[in-house]
Amino acid sequence: MSALIGAAARQKSAGRQKSRLGWNLLGLLVFVTAGFPLYWMLNTAFKPAKDAIDADPSLLPTGITFDNFGRALDIADFWGPVGRSMVVSLTVVVIGMVVGLLAALAISRFAFRGRKIVIVGILAVQMVPLVAMIIPVFLLLNDLGQYDRLTGLIITYLTFILPFTVWTLRGFIVNIPKELEEAAMVDGCSRTGAFLRVVFPLLAPGMVATSVYGFIQAWNEYLYALMLLSQKNQTATVWLGNFTTKHGTEYAPMMAGATMMAVPIVALFLLVQRKMAAGLTAGAVKG
Amino acid sequence: MSAADTHIPAKVPPPRQAPPPPPENRRPRGQRTPGGAAVPWLLLAPCLLILALVMGYPLARLVTLSFQKFGQSQLWGFQPAESVGFDNFAKVLGDGEFWAVVVRTIVFAGGAVVLTMVIGMALALLLQRVSGWVKMLINIVLVASWGMPVIVATTVFKWLFDTDYGVFNALLSKLPGIDMVGHNWFASGPEGLAVIMLLVVWGAVPFVVITLSAGLTQVPKELEEAARLDGAGSWGVFRYVTLPVLKPIIVMLTTLSVIWDMGVFPQVFVMRGGHPEPEFQVLNTYSYDRAFVVNDYAQGSAIALITVLLLLGVVAVYMRQMLKIGEVE
Repeated sequence: MSALIGAAARQKSAGRQKSRLGWNLLGLLVFVTAGFPLYWMLNTAFKPAKDAIDADPSLLPTGITFDNFGRALDIADFWGPVGRSMVVSLTVVVIGMVVGLLAALAISRFAFRGRKIVIVGILAVQMVPLVAMIIPVFLLLNDLGQYDRLTGLIITYLTFILPFTVWTLRGFIVNIPKELEEAAMVDGCSRTGAFLRVVFPLLAPGMVATSVYGFIQAWNEYLYALMLLSQKNQTATVWLGNFTTKHGTEYAPMMAGATMMAVPIVALFLLVQRKMAAGLTAGAVKG
Repeated sequence: MSAADTHIPAKVPPPRQAPPPPPENRRPRGQRTPGGAAVPWLLLAPCLLILALVMGYPLARLVTLSFQKFGQSQLWGFQPAESVGFDNFAKVLGDGEFWAVVVRTIVFAGGAVVLTMVIGMALALLLQRVSGWVKMLINIVLVASWGMPVIVATTVFKWLFDTDYGVFNALLSKLPGIDMVGHNWFASGPEGLAVIMLLVVWGAVPFVVITLSAGLTQVPKELEEAARLDGAGSWGVFRYVTLPVLKPIIVMLTTLSVIWDMGVFPQVFVMRGGHPEPEFQVLNTYSYDRAFVVNDYAQGSAIALITVLLLLGVVAVYMRQMLKIGEVE
């Protein structure tokens, strides 16, 4: 029987060698197709603007220039919106992390009545589409005098950052064995002490990943930023709309602007996504 | 919302008895934690307070608003908002355009979800078969397109499909017998929405691939071998071994995709320069349009509420799945 399996395996691996070339070619095709929009953004951003306006554009770079970036910065204030996005995203993440960590601890380390309801509630909150909320949120901020203020935007961003933070931190916390805490408590630590000395250091990488991820989410938000802030207070995502005017769109500088917005975010994303994907999918896969 | 916006919640704990939150002086049975029942609630308090303010209140307001007459004059306080019962709903539901929008949204979201799941599954399986370096290349592209801000991606796609200078028309025209020079993809709703669907799918596939890939590593190799020995071909192994094992993940990914794709907004809004034509309206842009362009906040709210109710059905399936995952643990 085992000889049979061995033969089958050998046969299969020989077949695999042969077919691997075909799969690799298909894989490269996927790479080229899926990567093309990214390539085209970079290609347009760095090519001379006049070459971008060509009905039969050259697929290869026609020469590298940084003029489009300069033009992008000229068209509309760039650093203002970026600064505002920075302030909003950082504040949201800090509040989200502090408040979210406490809540995550409650649902992952305490058995209490109503726990399930809280969990289902936090899950359900994520399901309400943000767009559905925009009208009442707009009216609420209008009533509170927070329309066109960054504080108003920060408050509303907590709607989606907070459930996300609670849920992911919970995922990281349950992966830390409870026994570690209990051992520390047996050794004389208080519950808080055990948390600070044992759990917190183990949780730190997860917290960093969650913060970065949350930061990116807040940074990328578009609809609320568009609706709740006037042009003079716009954030980075809305800034990108400045390249389209009644007179047309300046595509080469626009792609330069898109590149400036995407590259730092994608780089951050690349840094933490493995950690996040692992934390997020662990439970799902086990089920 | 893009795929990057949310995530797969890991696991829901096994259901315990779940009576309503107790008064704090009652100590629940089976309580293992020192420090009393008040501690978890104290920890939860800030979170619940903020959510009640930023989520609960607007949600309640959404409901009341959809039963009122609320336009410009109510917004500026010239007239009080008055209750009009089901008038807004009657108006919305009695409008042929609304139903056209509903059908369009469902077709759009359905198409995007099916494409996302099928392509995602195919890529996840492909990733298992390619060499390491190809896998790495694909992974880099997937993560980069996953991390791309939706607005940036939308802007780039707008450029790819530009009527006069878009590279897509130029590439298609290179094929023999096809002349797409100067073709306007957004002249008709279905074609334009197909482009937007492509954008949505492009952004959503990476998350599905990465999650399914993680799932595929959990499929027991012995099970696959056994199926092969029993004479199953590749399709048979996939159908009778891989799919059943991955089912919980697939259900979850599909549900999340439905929620995201029904909620498409910036892609349509930005692609159409902030003023989607009637042929491009989906539920969310339609609700926005009613509220902020026509200045009928009440009707916009009614449409938003109907959308939420539509999604609730989907969420119910999702919740059941999450609870089931919890039970298996």
